[in-house]
Amino acid sequence: MPERLRIYIIGVGGQGTLTAARLLGEVALRHGLEAVVSEVHGMAQRGGIVETGVKLGGYKGPIIGRGEADVVLAFEPLEALRGVLALGKASKKSWVLTNTHPIRPITVSLKLGEYPDLERAFAEVERRVARLIKLEATALAKEAGSPLSLNMVMLGALAATELLPFPPAELEEGIRAFAPRWAEVNLRAFRLGRAAVAQALAETRAPTE
Amino acid sequence: MPQLLARKRLLLGNEALAWGALEAGLGFATTYPGTPASEIGDTLARLANEVGIYFEYSVNEKVALELAAAAAASGVRALVAMKHVGLNVAADAFISTLYTGTRAGLLVVTADDPSMHSSQNEQDNRYYAYLAGAPLLEPSDPKEAYAMAKAAFPLSEELDLPVLLRTTTRVAHTRAGVEVGELPKPRERKVQGHFAKDPFRFVIVPSVARRAHKLLLERQKRAEALSESSPFNSVLGEGEELGIVTSGVSYAYVCDAIDELGIWERVRVLKLGMSHPLPRGLISQFLREVPRVLVVEELEPLLEMALRAQAQELGLKVQIYGKGVGGLSRLYEYDPDRVRSALARVLSLEEKEAEQERDEPSPWERLPDRPPVLCPGCPHRASYYALKLALGKEAENTIFTTDIGCYTLGLLPPLSMADHLLCMGSSVGTAGGFAKATDQRVIAFIGDSTLFHAGLPAIVNAVHHGHKFLVVVLDNRTTAMTGHQPHPGLDFSALGPAEPVPIERLLSGCGVRKIHVIDPEDLHGALLAFQEALKESERELTVVISRHPCVLLGQEG
Repeated sequence: MPERLRIYIIGVGGQGTLTAARLLGEVALRHGLEAVVSEVHGMAQRGGIVETGVKLGGYKGPIIGRGEADVVLAFEPLEALRGVLALGKASKKSWVLTNTHPIRPITVSLKLGEYPDLERAFAEVERRVARLIKLEATALAKEAGSPLSLNMVMLGALAATELLPFPPAELEEGIRAFAPRWAEVNLRAFRLGRAAVAQALAETRAPTE
Repeated sequence: MPQLLARKRLLLGNEALAWGALEAGLGFATTYPGTPASEIGDTLARLANEVGIYFEYSVNEKVALELAAAAAASGVRALVAMKHVGLNVAADAFISTLYTGTRAGLLVVTADDPSMHSSQNEQDNRYYAYLAGAPLLEPSDPKEAYAMAKAAFPLSEELDLPVLLRTTTRVAHTRAGVEVGELPKPRERKVQGHFAKDPFRFVIVPSVARRAHKLLLERQKRAEALSESSPFNSVLGEGEELGIVTSGVSYAYVCDAIDELGIWERVRVLKLGMSHPLPRGLISQFLREVPRVLVVEELEPLLEMALRAQAQELGLKVQIYGKGVGGLSRLYEYDPDRVRSALARVLSLEEKEAEQERDEPSPWERLPDRPPVLCPGCPHRASYYALKLALGKEAENTIFTTDIGCYTLGLLPPLSMADHLLCMGSSVGTAGGFAKATDQRVIAFIGDSTLFHAGLPAIVNAVHHGHKFLVVVLDNRTTAMTGHQPHPGLDFSALGPAEPVPIERLLSGCGVRKIHVIDPEDLHGALLAFQEALKESERELTVVISRHPCVLLGQEG
């Protein structure tokens, strides 16, 4: 397990990115690691782009700079493209985990912009990073019992990569403590996300083994 | 909700700051909410009854500061928090408090917003410390926000001066592990004071002020001595090639960049946490120890100018670099890239690949944006829609003045009903100006909390001077954008039940004769009222209060 990790979380206001970031910070702290979590409040919450940085293991500054994200956790595919291709947060060493379910921006509905061709765009992402993993996180959240559990699916996906400096069980414990009322749905979502990515990883590994 | 136990917690800078103040024995706190300061007040509001302090969301920052100053003059430790532009509103009172001085500790918190994440400007409020002569503390992270809030009260009492504590968005809205201590028991907390009269100190007429200014300069000398020995001002590292002088969150980026570039043995860092008055002794020693100095500070080059002046006074040949090097400019917040590039430039290091890539134009940089929009079901949408129907084609020649709140988003298409905005309350004042100076129809939009904050004097002015325009009060029964804080129009405050000040009676008391109250969800009723109000507003100041609770009220938690 690495001691230091920079997780760049990007999504759309209302998707629960802040809660996911905060949970990672809480669990890291409980594990005995230093954690710095940057948040965005105010206007950005109203359907806007929400970027959060989670820096574990003794970083001081809250912002994740260009090429500095070890992991990009994208709650929406266009936002994955934004984080990697437009904002350049990833490097050749980065992992990118993204939800595949699009949320059309209002600028697209108003015909002020065009939603990009995801297939072509993700080919470009794949060229630029170490690893790209796509998952149907929105569908998995619904399967778990609530679309609001999307952030837990994404945390599960992250836990499956084994990049986190603490074991998944500690994250599950954090989820349980964070919102006991929703623990059942949240844990189901977490496990669905984790299983989906674990399976994707197993499939890609198999031929070389 | 945080428990009242001592332990390490993942706290937001704002929460840590509030906690530090509570630990220091805070007895009285006020605020007007504004990003990125809001969670200071919200944290205190949540804990106020439990820990037994007085807390209120005041009507505006000036009143908030006046209340806190009075509490501190009565011997109760007091805090007032606001966003950076809030200090403009409170500036008149603030500057006088440096002349009168304080008795119990008085902590004035300003939360600046470099990059304007949610503000109309990125003014650097460190200038206020210079302007007013206030001791200034600048935390670089939540841990320091906690420690400095705690230390501010004894510092304020030692100097008899209010202390200005300046955070920025990246300190206020960053979470980090903070080791907090125990809160004092309620009976150990002084929440009730006694004001010992001293009119020739606290009544700031010219003869008093002349003496007070002299006293302030003497107190600043003492403050400078305290700055020399302040634990918040320190030198890190022993490198002899380059000195780095920094304050606030820039310090964090500097440390990360030095780590990453692996240059700790080449540099030393002067970190200034108490950055006004500057520790001139510490600085002159630092300037003598290195051949070159790089100043890393967001926004204005205040430290840089002070260092240049001091080097000149000392006749030193030290090279001082700052704004203009690498990514360092007076614009926008700093980030790891900007700071690292400046350090690399000054030390002639190879820059990282990522730095060079930035200049490559890429088609992927033009992805569709997601501007913030009014929420689905937001009553403001209905108000805008009904008024748009009532105006028809006339909307094109109508000047829409707008104000600070969620409804500023009426700017964006398809609503496109915002033409002018300066600051809190400006919709009504500027509407008067447009009504007099043009022959166009003028409509002002203002929210309920904003009307109380700074709209009322402009209403009185418009009535008295006969300015003819329409005011639409978008009354969603809360201060929505900053997180649903109460305001004087409601029957509750942060601490419990309160006397409501009904907007229609208030306006009627100001002399407004044409007042309509509508529910924007009733489209037909709203349309009729707007049609009538538009006609009336050609003859006199007319107000439509469009009242419907924010769709998010009661949905939190």
